[in-house]
Amino acid sequence: MNFLPPDFTPAYSEIFLLIMVCVIMLADLATGEKKRYITYYLAQVALIGCGLLTFVSFSTETIYTFSGMFVDDTMADILKIMVYVTVSAVLIYSYTYVSERGILTGEFFSLILFATLGMMVMISASHFLTLYIGLELLSLSLYALVALRRDSFAATEAAMKFFVLGALASGFLLYGMSMVYGATGSLHILNVSEAIHDGVGNHDVLVIGLVFIVAGISFKLSAAPFHMWAPDVYEGAPTAITLFIGSAPKFAAFAFVMRLLIEGMGAMVADWQGMLVILAVLSMAIGNIVAIAQTNIKRMLAYSTISHMGFLILGFISADWNGYSASLFYVITYVLMTLGTFAMIMILSRSGFEAEKISDFKGLSKRNGWYALMTMLLMFSLAGIPPMVGFYAKLAVLQAVVNAGFVWLAVAAVIFSLIGAFYYLRIVKFMYFDAPETEEPLTVKGDVKLLVSANCLAVLVLGIFPQSLMGLSLYAIQNSM
Amino acid sequence: MLFGFPLLSLIIWLPILVGIAILATGGDRNAPLARWIALTGSILGFLIALPLYTGFDPATSAMQFVENHVWFERLNVYYHIGVDGISMPLILLNCFTTPLVVIAGWQIIQERVSQYMGAFLIMSGIVNGVFASMDAVLFYVFWEASLIPMFLIIGIWGGPNRVYAAIKFFLYTLLGSLLMLVAFIYLYQSSGGSFSIIDYHQLPIPLSAQILIFVAFLLAFAVKVPMWPVHTWLPDAHVEAPTGGSVVLAAIMLKLGGYGFLRFSLPIAPDASHYLAEMMIALSLIAVVYIGLVALMQADMKKLIAYSSIAHMGFVTLGLFLFNAYGIEGAMVQMISHGFISGAMFLCVGVLYDRLHSRQIADYGGVVNKMPAFAAFFMLFAMANAGLPGTSGFVGEFMVIMGAVKVNFWYAFLAATTLIFGAAYTLWMYKRVIFGAIASPSVEGLRDLSKREFVLLAILAIAVLWLGVYPFPLTDVMHVTVDNLLDHISNSKL
Repeated sequence: MNFLPPDFTPAYSEIFLLIMVCVIMLADLATGEKKRYITYYLAQVALIGCGLLTFVSFSTETIYTFSGMFVDDTMADILKIMVYVTVSAVLIYSYTYVSERGILTGEFFSLILFATLGMMVMISASHFLTLYIGLELLSLSLYALVALRRDSFAATEAAMKFFVLGALASGFLLYGMSMVYGATGSLHILNVSEAIHDGVGNHDVLVIGLVFIVAGISFKLSAAPFHMWAPDVYEGAPTAITLFIGSAPKFAAFAFVMRLLIEGMGAMVADWQGMLVILAVLSMAIGNIVAIAQTNIKRMLAYSTISHMGFLILGFISADWNGYSASLFYVITYVLMTLGTFAMIMILSRSGFEAEKISDFKGLSKRNGWYALMTMLLMFSLAGIPPMVGFYAKLAVLQAVVNAGFVWLAVAAVIFSLIGAFYYLRIVKFMYFDAPETEEPLTVKGDVKLLVSANCLAVLVLGIFPQSLMGLSLYAIQNSM
Repeated sequence: MLFGFPLLSLIIWLPILVGIAILATGGDRNAPLARWIALTGSILGFLIALPLYTGFDPATSAMQFVENHVWFERLNVYYHIGVDGISMPLILLNCFTTPLVVIAGWQIIQERVSQYMGAFLIMSGIVNGVFASMDAVLFYVFWEASLIPMFLIIGIWGGPNRVYAAIKFFLYTLLGSLLMLVAFIYLYQSSGGSFSIIDYHQLPIPLSAQILIFVAFLLAFAVKVPMWPVHTWLPDAHVEAPTGGSVVLAAIMLKLGGYGFLRFSLPIAPDASHYLAEMMIALSLIAVVYIGLVALMQADMKKLIAYSSIAHMGFVTLGLFLFNAYGIEGAMVQMISHGFISGAMFLCVGVLYDRLHSRQIADYGGVVNKMPAFAAFFMLFAMANAGLPGTSGFVGEFMVIMGAVKVNFWYAFLAATTLIFGAAYTLWMYKRVIFGAIASPSVEGLRDLSKREFVLLAILAIAVLWLGVYPFPLTDVMHVTVDNLLDHISNSKL
């Protein structure tokens, strides 16, 4: 019997990260409470190392390895680099916040890096099992992260909810996958795709499997009607964790949809298109309308996420490279805006004080004009007002939708985003039109100040010069399909 | 381009850059600096816009001063700007208004001065961008972006009910614009991937689609104009906005709607325009007659002028849908003239408000005894608002009525009632505020115009009289463009 070792090169960055997480866990045992910053720097080094590895081995063609269970293509590399950058920014933004709340532990870093590894595996999966393993690694790390503040009632409850519903969704997903396996006889995404294309397997069984898979996907995307966990988890989790949950995993979720639905079951477009239409419209409706009633900023942003996921799904509905690249562009801009928004919430929080109410933004323009201006850019971008980048994301998606012949969907989408504009405007109103409730100055560390300014200005600059990011999204999709 | 120099880009971006520079001056410690930069920047903005007029070739309907660069390839969007006989006068009007607004806010605004001046300068540049854009996405970006500074101006420096007014203003206008965006995307698809407005003008579209496109545009532009029944945001916004905000709203923002009809609705959907012309004329006449009556009943001066603005803009939309040269040129003249007159009227109310902090007509009376110079200016602008011959208000209304007679006598008859209603509400207000016995001790203590206010009103008075007596410099530049537009919309695009 010959044993040929697989080609490890496409997975170097994953392997490197795994080693680094182990090193970090061990190193953290040795350093202890006072020198936790060593762990922090090691985590950043791990991310930078991953970035270099991915960048050096940037693939312009599609490479399969591990008997076809793992794929490295342009889209995967671009998404992974986005994930590294996002996670690195998350660590920078949350350092002060978590250390003030006593959760600056070794677990915080190792769990975040494990979750990152999970995302990377998902992004590069070309087999149902790889996809599932990556998803579980990500999800289990997130459950633990939410519960990191053991003494917090809300956080524990949120973690419990997240875990139970997440497990249920994973069950859905596995059940759907098993149906597809039963019909096509394979778990390899490529083989499944071929089998469906050739008409192998019972169509009814496939459709039942598809329904479960779509349900699982929409849970992970937090798309309505599987969105219930999002507001509770966003609200209950410490803001730093909410920032993490709301940002990088969206890239993995995008890859998840691409691999499973588009690459795996692309031939069943007629079956899943209708389901996605319902998901998209419901998400936009529920997200935008319910967000108006919220007084808790994190809850409001959870609903805002739901509505943005509706927009993201719209891109997939058109079922062509045009729509997928619009969705990719959307997810990148969305993560950029989310990072900035949660960073602002953490800037407003102090030790012993959580900025949780929308009214905590009152009079920000008088307390600190610069952060108010930055937050305003973010809010107008989230609302999709030009010249902020959020507008171009919506434009690209709407163009794809109209291109696919769904003009009514585009009309519905713009009406819901009009409703959405109201609650983003309300934050601007609090910041600019109202008097501050407290005169306490904002104390912000230098690196956060710099990064958050760059983050928010990027929202404006990418809006004035959207070509680079749009071109990148298009390149990623066209080169991988 | 003028001698290879991107003049139009400069006209758009100079005010925006100056605005950012003003924002950078920071807190109110540097307020005088912010004011002086704003004044210099806005006057410079007007001066560099003058070559647009002197270098303009009135013999062609083609776009002039064109600049065309790729903006982003992914959706085939171009940074394509240019002006013709329709947009050029509006850009000049905007550049002319900005320094006046800066001067008007010189002393009144004492809080967050740099932000106030910065917002106006940035808005001025953005509005120039709206008028100059020849690419639908570029147009849309400028169009929406103009909401942001206005929203802040109303919300920060406005009256007691400013938050409600600001949010209403924003959401109302956003509603219309978003459907316009869908229409643009639809046109992008049916033109095979182009966002060029000129391409849309030539694109054949079936009638059913034309009607939908027309309705989408109508919502966007009708809200901006504003036409009855989507006008209700305007009185709120005007009453709550600071004086400068009211001036810009009335003089400039409302023109965006009229311009939109000329640039988009009529040439892109000419068949639908003809098909729906009677509805548009009916809505316009309701604005002229009904809103004129509403204005008569107002107790608040600013509200009265706001309603009178709606009635006057009704003339604009009426003129546009008569499909003859008198109508369209009359509408254009009316837009420019309304820019001067309504701006002047709001400034006059602002002069009173700064002294007494009341806009109620009932709080005044006998002002002429204390402020004779002001009363004289106010008289002139009130007469112009009522459409007195010799003022600019007369020219536009007369041309539109001439155009209406050619189409249908009753249109003209109803439109002409404005000469009665307009005179009634304006002059009645004037009489109650200015004449009579001195109403209260606070009126007794009024000071007459300061030098700054005098200059401001004098400039506008000259403009109003000049356009009233000798409107040809304005009409000459638009003849060819308007003829070409009429020719274009008389051909079916089915």
